[in-house]
Amino acid sequence: MKEFQPKIVVFCCNWCSYAGADLAGVSRLQIDPNFRIIRTMCSGRIEPEFVLSAFEKGADGVMITGCHPGDCHYISGNYKTLRRYHFMKVLLEELGIDTRRIGLKFISAGEGIEFQNTVNSFVEQVRILGPSNGAYKE
Amino acid sequence: MKRVESELITNVEELLEDKKIGFFMGYENGSLPLRTSPCFVKEKEDVQRLVWNCFCTNNLSVYLVSLIPELPAGTKVGILCKGCDSRSLVNLIVEKQLKREDVLIMGISCSGMINIDKLTGNLDGGRILEVEENEEEVILKLDTGEQRFSRKDSLYESCKNCTHPTPSVYDILIRVGEHAPKSVCPDPMIAKFRQKERLERWQIFERELSRCVRCYACRNACPNCYCKECFAEQTKPRWFGLSNELSDVLFYHLVRILHQAGRCVDCGACVRACPEKVDLRLFTRMLVDEVKERFDYEPGLSPNDSHLLGVFSTDDTQEFMVEVD
Repeated sequence: MKEFQPKIVVFCCNWCSYAGADLAGVSRLQIDPNFRIIRTMCSGRIEPEFVLSAFEKGADGVMITGCHPGDCHYISGNYKTLRRYHFMKVLLEELGIDTRRIGLKFISAGEGIEFQNTVNSFVEQVRILGPSNGAYKE
Repeated sequence: MKRVESELITNVEELLEDKKIGFFMGYENGSLPLRTSPCFVKEKEDVQRLVWNCFCTNNLSVYLVSLIPELPAGTKVGILCKGCDSRSLVNLIVEKQLKREDVLIMGISCSGMINIDKLTGNLDGGRILEVEENEEEVILKLDTGEQRFSRKDSLYESCKNCTHPTPSVYDILIRVGEHAPKSVCPDPMIAKFRQKERLERWQIFERELSRCVRCYACRNACPNCYCKECFAEQTKPRWFGLSNELSDVLFYHLVRILHQAGRCVDCGACVRACPEKVDLRLFTRMLVDEVKERFDYEPGLSPNDSHLLGVFSTDDTQEFMVEVD
């Protein structure tokens, strides 16, 4: 049987992780081709609507990436993501939804290899979980 | 209660006479028994319409954000605030939707609001002629006789677990009686819910939301929901469809709950507004407890607070990062 190929949406911030993804590209690092990048100006821009909407439209996993703490181009955007995202994770977990489908990682512009490893392991994790069937249910 | 009512009326009368406030927001008797509706008093003659009883459920601070910009500059609005209403109001000040000097807060230390359904659900029939209340009981006088209800058992869930019955901020305080904070954190109901199996929690969530007809009454009753354009009605992009499909209903509710994180004061206005009696508080209270436990923060206690999601600390939890082997 053909292996399940998950669809992963990766939100990248313009200043760090998008450049990190770019570095992974120009360094010709092998990454599973299961992810699609959406670039935002800052990880603080990512509203709960974005993540839920990705799932509703058929994504099997969503990953949010941003600058490392202290490196944010807008000073504190990534810290605000951290808190907001914490509540999202808690709420979904409490309602009985498997939150392993949502990931957060800080990746700087110089960490191409980190980007490769993170995406690969996240894809692998979601592949084990199987398709999300467009529902929020596990 | 009559003492409280007369104290309220004299206070408002004085304030209007001295032109300290432009008008006053309180409660008046509704057209049905056991109901009250918001009452806006502009003239001294109308002051007698004001009432105070255990059915004054509306959270009046919901009107302020849309109302104040329409008033002539410098008009001060008097508002009757229970503990929860005042926390909503303070939260609006924290979020810079209101100025403290635009409102005169008439605080009232509240002893909890009575859930009308718990009374009318247990009636033996007959028409309600009169209602009396004292510290312990609510007494309904029917044309068929008299029926007594214990006050404690008939309270709303949010009132049973009220954190601060006395307003956090006020200009004038009317005391109904002394009430020590009786809240337990986490709420026992939520703690019980959290212990359930994953699948069972999901089923409860699904069952509750399957009744939702998406009238948005929960949003309209909520003082925190003041956005000029709500995400529910945005068309570019349209976040979710307008159907009663579970995925659409879920989307609305999940985002609504998440927008309340760190802001919800657990006043219970959404639950009271819901025509289908969806237990919305189950979900928002979960975040209230989380905010309290994790960040030791309760919204609406001081106008000088910073918004929980607007500030950060370098020690914030990062335990949910993606792990790379």
